[in-house]
This record gives sequence, structure tokens and C-alpha cells, in this order.
Amino acid sequence: MLNVEVMVSSLPLYFSGAVVTLKLLFVALFAGLAAAIPLAVLRASPKPWLSRPVWLFTFVFRGTPLLVQLFIIYYGLAQFEWLRESFLWPLFSSAWFCCMFAFSLNTCAYTIEIVAGAIAATHHGEVEAARAMGMSPFTLYRRILLPSALRRSLPSYSNEAIMMLHGTSLASIVTLMDLTGAAREVNSRFYLPFEAFITAAGFYLVLTFFLVTLFHLAEKRWLVHLAARA
Amino acid sequence: MLHAFLPSILGGAVVTVTVALSSLLIAVLLGLLGAAMKLSKSRTAKALATVYTTVIRGVPDLVLMLLIFYGGQLTINELAPKFGYNDYVDINPFIAGVWTIGFIFGAYLTETFRGALLAIPAGQREAAIAYGMSSRQVFMRITFPQMVRFALPGFSNNWLVLVKSTALVSVIGLSDMMNRAGMAAGATHEPFTFYMTAAAIYLVITTISVLTLKALERRYSMGIKVASL
Repeated sequence: MLNVEVMVSSLPLYFSGAVVTLKLLFVALFAGLAAAIPLAVLRASPKPWLSRPVWLFTFVFRGTPLLVQLFIIYYGLAQFEWLRESFLWPLFSSAWFCCMFAFSLNTCAYTIEIVAGAIAATHHGEVEAARAMGMSPFTLYRRILLPSALRRSLPSYSNEAIMMLHGTSLASIVTLMDLTGAAREVNSRFYLPFEAFITAAGFYLVLTFFLVTLFHLAEKRWLVHLAARA
Repeated sequence: MLHAFLPSILGGAVVTVTVALSSLLIAVLLGLLGAAMKLSKSRTAKALATVYTTVIRGVPDLVLMLLIFYGGQLTINELAPKFGYNDYVDINPFIAGVWTIGFIFGAYLTETFRGALLAIPAGQREAAIAYGMSSRQVFMRITFPQMVRFALPGFSNNWLVLVKSTALVSVIGLSDMMNRAGMAAGATHEPFTFYMTAAAIYLVITTISVLTLKALERRYSMGIKVASL
């Protein structure tokens, strides 16, 4: 049925594609999370002038497709002459940078909402106790709110990480040779769509299970105190 | 330049919404079927549904879409001569897109519906049977209205992701909003203007969806007491 010979001979292409996919994923997740934590603190703030701008950012990025965001950054920004003449142009003319930038912004928006939701859901008694102990707002966040909120974000964040893994497949549309790019290459070379895309699907499934396991271990390590007792 | 292409892009928005609604219909039917299979006593049905939801949710939409589009094209063209049809058959990207998206989101809705069905206390169904209701009546009067309430939050999420996924049908050549924005961008050398327009229209579609679904949630939660803090 399936042409196994072609599948095996094109494996190196898939492995190098998997490296590209993982690079994109980890850069996006790392940058997205790093930016999301302080922004989530602002988003959870009761002061509208702090929370509203962040809300606007997450509203726009969660309300539009990742493909549009990627196209605006990769194709759209080239419309502006001042950008093409600025020192930033080498960055924005590279598909690599545009993918990482678009993916980071996108995952950042979703992560902000996850973490801000977890901050808001903190039991009010914990905050009162910390205040009664005389903690400053900064200490309160550092010792009480953030450690607990980040832990409680883990289950939703694992979903976001998997969504991002799948989102990186869009990089193939702007010419990057990620896993999906490798599959499209194999398909156009041999015209064997089943072999090409089923192999890629297998790789993605393995990566998804790898992420699921990783987050499962993380939850075991950091969320034990919330686990159901047998 | 925008006004010259706006009618075309708005026409594309209609295509996008049509694709989204058509695939939602398929997804809801597959989701109900999948949830019924997962909750059934048959082991084969359970296993089949588990493979479906696991594989679909573990693979990117784009890969599945390319697989179904190119794979379907190949299969149809290999099968067509056997039925005495010798011309090359082009798969309609609308049908390929709608089926693929429907098939993908059927897997997500399976989980949403399964959770909603499990959230209904078994005692209610037993009580309904004790009253002498037929299984159809139990479903229409007891299970279904409550399932809608429990499923709505998850369903809203699934729908919003689905709408955004429809942007991918432009990759397989359907003349949806993204595709037309791309054409206009190419013709005018103003890609920013047109992709921003597309983004704004998507934002309008998702905002209307959120408001509508919130209203539905209120409608189906009528008479439910919530704790006031």
C-alpha cells in the first residue's frame, strides 16, 4: 500500500524538519512565557489603565487567526518604506525571525489570559494573610501569588504548548522547512501525499506525546498538593 | 485602493463564514457520534473513538488538511477510471476544506460533548425512565437541554478555534477571505492594508460569536442559581 522505501529514504528530511519545528516551538514558548508573566500581572490588576491595554492586546491576538498575524508581519510590514530602510529590515525580511516573532506574540496573548486567570482565582485568604504579615505588593507577588498561580496554570498551559506545536506548521507556508515543509517537499517530489503527510503526522504525534509526558511530570512535581487523594 | 477591493474581500468573508458554519454542522454530528461511542458499552466503539480523538488532536490542522486534500485528489483520480471516468478530477477545495475542518473539530467536540453528558447526574435519567418516558423523550426533555448548558463553554471555545482554522483553506486554494486579501495585496503592493482588513473582519466575526454564545449561555442557564460573592 504505502511506499515504505520513499518514507524511509526521506527520513533525514523529516528529522531536520523536526529540529526546525522544535526550535520554533521552544523560542516561541520561552519568549511568549517570559513576556506573558509581567503582562499577566498587569492584566489581573484592578486598575483599568493597567489592565485594559493588555486586554486589548490579548483580544486582538486571540480573536484573529495565527496565519493572518504571520502574513501581516512577514508580507505586510514590507509595505512600509521606512521599515525597509531601517536597521530592523534584515530581521523582518527573514522568514525565521517573522515566524518566531508572530508565534511568540500569539502564544504570549493566550498565556497572559491563562496566568491572569490563575492570579485572579487565588484564594482571597492567602492574599489577606500575606498582607497581614506585612508583605509589600512586590513580595506578595513574588512569594505568594506568582508561585501558586503559575503552578495552577500548568494544565491549561500544556494545552497552549500543544496548540503552539501545531501552530508552528504554518512556518511551512512562508517557506521554512519545518516538519510540514519537509512533508510538502516530499509530496511535490514524489507525488505521494499519503506517505508524505502520514509520516509528518507520525512525527507530530510523537512530539505531542512527548510534550504531554513532560507536562504530566511537571504537574506531578509542582501540583501534587492539589491532586485528588485516593 | 482599499475601496476597490473591499467588495471582493467582503465576499470572501461570506465564504469564510459559510465554510465555518458548514464544517460546524459536520463537526457537531461527528462530535455527538464520537461522544456516544466513547460512552457506549461496546469496546470496539470506545477504542475507535479514542483513536479518532487522540490522532486528530495530536496532529496540526494544516497537515491533516494537506493530507485529505492531496490524498483525496490522488484516490479519486485512481478510482475514477474504474468507474469509466477518464478525465482528471480536481477536488473542490470548498468540499475538501469543509470536510477536513469538520472532521478535525468533530474530535474536539467529542470531548466537549462527552464531558457535558457525564456532568448530568445519572439519577435524573433514572427518574425520567421511572416516570415512563421513552428513551427519545428522556433525551429530548432531560439529557439534551442540560447537555447544551454544560457543553456551551467548551463549544464556544471550539467554535472560536474553528473560525480561525478556516483561514487555512486558503492554502489549498479556496477563494476565502485570506485568499482574496492575498490577491488584493499582490495586485496593489499594499499587503499590510489588506491583511489588516482581513484581521479586522475576523475580529468582528469572533466578537459577534462571543456575544451570541454568551447570550445562549445565559438562556440555557435560566433558573440556575449561582453563588453570589
